[in-house]
Amino acid sequence: MSGNKTINYASDRKYSETHEWVKMEGELAVVGISDYAQDALGDVVFVELPKVGATVSAGAQFGVVESVKAASDIFSPISGTVAAVNEKLSSAPETLNQDSLSAGWIAKIKPSNPAEMNKLMDAATYQKKIEAGEIH
Amino acid sequence: MTIVANKPEPIIFELGSKGREGAALPDCDVPTTKLPNHLIRDELNLPEVAEVDVVRHFTRLSQKNYCVDLGIYPLGSCTMKYNPKINEVAVNIPGFARIHPYQNHDTAQGALQMLYELQKMLGEISGLPGVTLQPAAGAQGELTGVLVIRAYHLARGDTKRKKVLVPDSAHGTNPATSSMSGYTVVPVKSDARGNIDLAELKKIADKETVCLMLTNPNTLGLFEENVQEACKVIHDVGALVYGDGANLNAIVGIARPGDLGFDVMHTNLHKTFSVPHGGGGPGAGPVMVRKDLAQFLPGPIAVKRGNKYAMEMPKKTIGRVKSFFGNFLALVRAYTYIRSYGKEHLREIAENAVINANYLLARLKGTYYAPFANRACKHEFVLDGTPFKTKYGVNTLDIAKRIQDYGFYPPTIYFPLIVPECLMIEPTETQSKESLDEFADALLKIAQEAETDAQLLHDAPHDAPVTRLDEVRAAREPVLCYRD
Amino acid sequence: MTHRFIPNTDADRAAMLKTIGVASVQDLFRDVPASAQLTKINLPRALSEMELLNELNAMATRNANLNEHACFLGAGAYNHFVPATVPHLIFRSEFYTAYTPYQAEISQGTLQTIFEYQSLICNLTGMDAANASHYDGATATAEAAILAVNAVPGRDKIIVAPTLHPEYRATLRTYLEGQDVKIVGDEDLKLPLDAILKKHLDDKTAGVIVQNPDFLGAYHDLKSTADRVHAAGALFIVNAYPISLGLFRAPGEYGADVVVGEGQSLGNAIAFGGPYLGIFATKEKYIRRMAGRLVGQTVDTTGRRGFTLTLQAREQHIRREKATSNICTNQALNALAACVYLSTLGKSGFKQVAELCYHKAHYAAKKINALPGYRVDLKKEFFNEFVVECPAPVSKINAALESRKIIGGYDLSRDYPHMKNAMLVAVTEMNAKEQIDQLVKTLAEATSSKRKAKSRK
Repeated sequence: MSGNKTINYASDRKYSETHEWVKMEGELAVVGISDYAQDALGDVVFVELPKVGATVSAGAQFGVVESVKAASDIFSPISGTVAAVNEKLSSAPETLNQDSLSAGWIAKIKPSNPAEMNKLMDAATYQKKIEAGEIH
Repeated sequence: MTIVANKPEPIIFELGSKGREGAALPDCDVPTTKLPNHLIRDELNLPEVAEVDVVRHFTRLSQKNYCVDLGIYPLGSCTMKYNPKINEVAVNIPGFARIHPYQNHDTAQGALQMLYELQKMLGEISGLPGVTLQPAAGAQGELTGVLVIRAYHLARGDTKRKKVLVPDSAHGTNPATSSMSGYTVVPVKSDARGNIDLAELKKIADKETVCLMLTNPNTLGLFEENVQEACKVIHDVGALVYGDGANLNAIVGIARPGDLGFDVMHTNLHKTFSVPHGGGGPGAGPVMVRKDLAQFLPGPIAVKRGNKYAMEMPKKTIGRVKSFFGNFLALVRAYTYIRSYGKEHLREIAENAVINANYLLARLKGTYYAPFANRACKHEFVLDGTPFKTKYGVNTLDIAKRIQDYGFYPPTIYFPLIVPECLMIEPTETQSKESLDEFADALLKIAQEAETDAQLLHDAPHDAPVTRLDEVRAAREPVLCYRD
Repeated sequence: MTHRFIPNTDADRAAMLKTIGVASVQDLFRDVPASAQLTKINLPRALSEMELLNELNAMATRNANLNEHACFLGAGAYNHFVPATVPHLIFRSEFYTAYTPYQAEISQGTLQTIFEYQSLICNLTGMDAANASHYDGATATAEAAILAVNAVPGRDKIIVAPTLHPEYRATLRTYLEGQDVKIVGDEDLKLPLDAILKKHLDDKTAGVIVQNPDFLGAYHDLKSTADRVHAAGALFIVNAYPISLGLFRAPGEYGADVVVGEGQSLGNAIAFGGPYLGIFATKEKYIRRMAGRLVGQTVDTTGRRGFTLTLQAREQHIRREKATSNICTNQALNALAACVYLSTLGKSGFKQVAELCYHKAHYAAKKINALPGYRVDLKKEFFNEFVVECPAPVSKINAALESRKIIGGYDLSRDYPHMKNAMLVAVTEMNAKEQIDQLVKTLAEATSSKRKAKSRK
């Protein structure tokens, strides 16, 4: 939205159409929101995290990110069980703006159907779709 | 703004001194009873200030507010019209202000008569004769209306309906109300002329539709050109049409929602009927319905039996939506206002509100981008600030803040959501031509400033009691009450 | 002649229509279907200000007002003293003709007063956050139930005490009508709270709502109830009468998670039931589940303290169908009245009001209990309201009181059929000793004449 700085479409992970990223780390899928999404939201003031142990399914809402003037649901890009959440976001939600691709991760999920990863987009496709205005 | 307005005012707890008192109460004139010490609180942290401290504190604070009595307050869809002073005289009459809701209603016949007459007048103005004065606000009126519609469907044994259709230009209260009522919201797009998209409406409306919630004129300030057809589409699938009456000021006395095809509507008495906004409330949101739906209304409702007035619950009422009989003093003001205008003058409200809006639009549309200026607007209109953003890096927020420096309240901004960088302007009928000219001149000047001195706008307001506030900090580390 | 509230003249309008580029005002209404355009409307004729005032005064005269009557009626709406500062300040144009403080820079007056109101309510209730958005005690109670259901996922039951105001219980039911929530606890109006909890409190319970002092005036020590509710994983919601908090412990001290109440008694006109003020306060944990507007403290770009609407992402204008409530109002002017009221009375005055209510009510209760045929349970703890068992139907007794310009208590048989001939009497600081003595005397007369009539038969 600001359009002034370059968006980082990190190519080491997959993306969903609702702007979440997933990256496998061993057994666990790490989930966060894309750099494009954090930039569009503006200053993040609050993150509602999923509960550890909760079962999530791909495409279902499992958290919320709030900025001053917007609230955006976070959808789990993959099905499974929540193994860990990034507690740091509760006390320092600005981490999402500073580094949404690593320090600002949201949850780690133990996938119940790892094949779902194949349905997600790679970085190039995600970037192309955004630039073409196919997803907002 | 006066000279003290820009001086920071301490918080009430920071004023006064230990032991200072602002009120003297009579001594206890009865024998006292021992207090139950185990239930009594140890401390009570309240201010310790004198009467003069209180009066100066709140008077100083008042001077940090802009208000209708100072000038134009053109918030779109809020109808910030002048609040006639006779309304305030009326609500201070002890026979209205000092009566108990549960006192024997034989000793409150004047109050009941007023409620009864107001019900009749609102029924006539809306063309929907069933009226409840219970709802305390527009949003509560919406909830009431949707629950009445729900009761109507259930009473016919129709339990399958789950979808409420809401145009994308609607107020946020419409979808929020629908989900409070247990329904799913289905958005309906607007077409290029700013009307509800009839083709899409036909596709979406079906046997699962509860109702369509339609604001007319809509939040773009446009009269729905297809309103009668849209109502027919909805009625044909057995659903009802709910009218959000937020914008009734545009057509009051000109046309009646009931005659246009609406089945249920609310009206905001604090908009069309001059109840002052009070810094955000209290308001009132009576609901009017088709005759056959009156049996479902929340009560109690004023009725006349012979020469006597009484409060009664409708036969199949959805119940109560609040305690007692609605926001009574707001109702007294609305009654007073309608009696002031009478049948002779009522339509002048809408006529003048619409002339004023179109005049302002005519003065601004060459300089500001007005997306629907090919049509006459009603009581309000929208401008799109995108060209300023693209060309000069000035957004609508900057323009709004700069308007404050010219001594006016800014319009509604960033709403409706379908117009990017939106400015939504509603002057109302109580602005004179010269006050509209002053406001238009300021906006035209600001457009020049955007081109020549964008920074001036980024830093605005310059003359208000405070500059722009750090909203991110307010939300990240909420401080919601004073702690010393 | 155009109406007096509209400034423009025919000449002004002609000039404006010319700028717009249309010939007449009708041209601006071409999009309104001709068939639906009104030619006349069936309303009374317009009145001048003078005529209108005469008419309003004539109407008002037909209402018995509390300046001319002694009032012993409460039941959720109370006759308390309102210091002169309150009407003086709330009727300042800058407050009552402003709107919701969307533009913070030129709305600091409203914003700071709401912040101060929030602070005062937090101190009274022992909570961390309060809003100024709810319409009255009934709707605040209903919204508290909604908060509980959302805060404790997977639970769908709300328990209400039968001694919660009957109209609040009715409103609660209407509000939750469209949602899958069960409201239980008041099916047997005689059951005490302990028995109700034993019957209903379980792992499906999201919240328990108790009024204190309850609708019948009784004050309860609720610490153990709160513990029991928390042990079951539910929220404890207390509906409190704010004046009683000048004396009694803050509900936060005894374990409330949400405190709601009717704020009318804090400086707001009794006004036939409205507009009133819904008090709503909660603990920090639940702030983001609150409905309505919240004002927060922050700084401006020069570092000065300032106030702004905050945490708005909860609200309908942003979150639309996912908002915590559809509420849009903030009951700012009523909250301002409460703020000025609490500031004027202050620490000692507010406590004094509560003490006067307490002592006068207890004096009245003892006197009435001493009357033949009347009974008050003096063993029960109460604040300023109590149940009087009468020797005759309440309506008859109230008629006798009316003839002495006394507005008698609430007829409890309306809502509690088992409480025949029971009157709920409220006493406040407004009732001088002579008024109470007159009440007692008239009660005695009302029944002695009745007994005489009986004996003649």
